[in-house]
Amino acid sequence: MKPVPDPAGSVAVSMEVNGRTVERTVNSRRLLADLLRDELRLTGTHLGCEHGVCGACTVLVDGQPVRSCLMLAVQADGCEVTTVEGITPKDGLSPMQQAFKDHHGLQCGFCTPGFLMTLAGVEPEDHPDEESVRELLAGNLCRCTGYEGIVDAVMAAWDRSR
Amino acid sequence: MKPPPFLYARPESLDGVLRLLAENGGDARVLAGGQSLVPLLNFRLARPEILVDIAMVDELSHLTIEDGGLRIGASVTQRAVETSAEVARLCPLLSKALPLVGHLQNRARGTVVGSIAHADPSAELPAVALVLGATMTVRSASGDRSIPAEDFFLGPFTTALEPDEILVEVRFPGKPSARTAVKEIAPRSGDFAIAGVAGRLTTAADGAVQDVALALFGVGAVPQRLPEVERLAAGENVTPELLDEVARITRATARSGSEDVHADPAYRARVAGELVRRVVEEMAA
Repeated sequence: MKPVPDPAGSVAVSMEVNGRTVERTVNSRRLLADLLRDELRLTGTHLGCEHGVCGACTVLVDGQPVRSCLMLAVQADGCEVTTVEGITPKDGLSPMQQAFKDHHGLQCGFCTPGFLMTLAGVEPEDHPDEESVRELLAGNLCRCTGYEGIVDAVMAAWDRSR
Repeated sequence: MKPPPFLYARPESLDGVLRLLAENGGDARVLAGGQSLVPLLNFRLARPEILVDIAMVDELSHLTIEDGGLRIGASVTQRAVETSAEVARLCPLLSKALPLVGHLQNRARGTVVGSIAHADPSAELPAVALVLGATMTVRSASGDRSIPAEDFFLGPFTTALEPDEILVEVRFPGKPSARTAVKEIAPRSGDFAIAGVAGRLTTAADGAVQDVALALFGVGAVPQRLPEVERLAAGENVTPELLDEVARITRATARSGSEDVHADPAYRARVAGELVRRVVEEMAA
């Protein structure tokens, strides 16, 4: 039988973050969002509500959008994590980022990384019309735009007319 | 809004999980996807001394078909079940309910079994388990037991699970021929339901209702079957008059007790009546 580990207050983890291997010993109660922001200085991931409602902290874990405030850093051990820094080109903006800029998809910008990461983790063909795009974005709150500019940006970036 | 300190263990076998639960009893909590538990930790509503993470336990990661039904292991994510063609064929009600569970980002981590074990009164999956007659397979270091869904939910966030037990899997009988529907009212798509109903229905050759099962969620302390409504509808043709009666009896018999900033019990009972009307109408159409 495999040995049963003793419960521990800190755990050695290894994960890929934006293509780079990160090895750290983290406190077991450390949230993934705080590991990213406070230890790796990837401050593009924003923390809003810290209980899974607002979506500002969305990152990709093994390609799927997840809430990094509802995931312990130890749970990401062995995973591939992508943050908004990882989808931003060295120069300029990605097509989706450019579409947000062009269509007033952001004002204060606090929620924007969460929207971008949700969008980065899905296939456009799974969200074929405006209604399904709105449904997809329901897990991210924006208090500035009223969502119209965001929906416009997604429809434009995915080559659709409204 | 950060978790309180706790000790963390990630055993690689179910025996390891059971041993930690046996040694630590009520001081240990099982961690699956964390989509309900981590918010409770962040709010410090839960203060377990030890979290036992089941992510590395191979014996809990199965999504298999047996005797025409589904066996869903404790670490299978909601997203994996939602996107399974086999689930859609065997248990369409489960496939229809899952898109209503939280948001896409929650379902990528959250588990079907975890949601049932958490027993949030507003959750969809406990009501689905009740309607489909699911069976809970529960294990502790001292043995196994099976608990039918109707005996499992005891109160808000309270189930028949003992502190040293884990819900290892939920078995859903396959009902590919039944008509099913689920509807809910929530302030925002993906939010906790103010009221909802899940149902399944079979019809006789002449189109009359043969057998119907309905369960409310979000209305009272636990998901609630509606035996009076089910008996009324059995053998009947679904007419506007029957639907009026279905809605009326639902309003009268709903054990509506939940109250929050969004709705009081009377409103929840009224909404429940209307939703049951719509679900029965949709299933009979």
